[in-house]
Amino acid sequence: MREKEMRVVITFKNTSAAMAMEKFCKEEGVSGRLIPVPREITSGCGLAWSASPDMKEDLLNLLEKCDIKYENIYVLKI
Amino acid sequence: MIYFDNAATSFHKPDSVAEAVYNAIKNMGNSGRGVHKASLESGRVVYAARELLAELFNVKDCSRIAFTANSTESLNTAIKGLLHSGDHVITTVLEHNSVLRPLYEMEGRGAALTIIQCDASGNIKIEDIEDAIRHNTKMVVCTHGSNLTGNLLDIEKIGALCKKHNLLFAADVSQTAGVFPIDVDRQNIDVLCFTGHKGLLGPQGTGGIYVREGIDISPLKSGGSGILTYLKTQPSSMPECLEAGTLNVHGIAGLHAGVSYILEHGIDYIRKREQELMRRFYEGVRDIPDIKIYGDFSTSDRAAIVSMNIGEYDSAKVSDRLAEDYDICTRSGGHCAPLMHQSLGTVEQGAVRFSFSHFNTSDEVDIGIKAIRELSTEQ
Repeated sequence: MREKEMRVVITFKNTSAAMAMEKFCKEEGVSGRLIPVPREITSGCGLAWSASPDMKEDLLNLLEKCDIKYENIYVLKI
Repeated sequence: MIYFDNAATSFHKPDSVAEAVYNAIKNMGNSGRGVHKASLESGRVVYAARELLAELFNVKDCSRIAFTANSTESLNTAIKGLLHSGDHVITTVLEHNSVLRPLYEMEGRGAALTIIQCDASGNIKIEDIEDAIRHNTKMVVCTHGSNLTGNLLDIEKIGALCKKHNLLFAADVSQTAGVFPIDVDRQNIDVLCFTGHKGLLGPQGTGGIYVREGIDISPLKSGGSGILTYLKTQPSSMPECLEAGTLNVHGIAGLHAGVSYILEHGIDYIRKREQELMRRFYEGVRDIPDIKIYGDFSTSDRAAIVSMNIGEYDSAKVSDRLAEDYDICTRSGGHCAPLMHQSLGTVEQGAVRFSFSHFNTSDEVDIGIKAIRELSTEQ
């Protein structure tokens, strides 16, 4: 397996919030993609949004603009 | 795309399944609600599906099979419809949350629960079930095959044990229906819970429950039944007792086509093919350094599942690399099987699950082996 890399990872309250995030980012032309929640955050499944670490501020601004129920935002090596 | 997530839902369905759903949407009304052409067409396909399922599971009277949305609804019906406060029930660590969560709920309502533990390979001892029986034991509810390891439970022996001790036996055949022989008489199954969208090759949103004649089961829901309109309670006769509300006839028409395909080709052919692919994959990855494989591969009589990890790597990461770099679909994480993961010591890491269909090819399996080999050695 390759070296881990730094990513911004956003977790959500539920799967529908994760799907809403993907739809919203696509509409806004924001890069990133859905990944399985990494074990560094929690074991036990679920979807998370993963993006380049330099996107953190943009994503925070975006999340403020929309009504997506996110749980946490992390910057970590995955 | 290579699809190895058939334990979650089968992806390759016969064309006849999609065509049947399309035909039902175009031509069918509400089953059992009216006597016009569209309603009768709908009623006929529902009845035909009941008959085919009865043939598949050796049920003599097909009216003992009710359609549900999935195994979860069937299992909730079985567990909540049969257990009462003060009853004792036995299950195993192999179970899916669709068994465990309703049981925990009943535990909260005054039922007592015993969970049979497994060994390092994920197998239980049938004697442990017998040892757990108490004076108030009402039922054994367990899976036919683990959705994580693919290990089978000997439901014929468990059924015989239940018969000997006069206990109800509810079997969850979510991972095995359409692939392994299931015979409610021979295996002494009192309540059979199945889903339509896995081995039965039907659409999602279909499933069912068989309840042996003479067993009084309380429905989860009450409502329209198409019969006995002026009765204040849900009719007690099967299948209406467990079929309140309009059925998913469009889905059931697809399920009918899926089961027709299975009966035409035979479960022996389907099982042999799946097991060959599973064995090919297992043999291809087992010697890779740092690979850990879970479950009992000393026998080939197992569901076509290979769950594994590469060293200490996060299963979510491995599954994501397989999807992104190789276009291979697998399932990581906990697989809704918390106690099985606890038993295997994989709660933190999860596991990468490969689950095969007879529609998969040897070439696809070889690409999967190569991917695991590359991921395990790359720097």
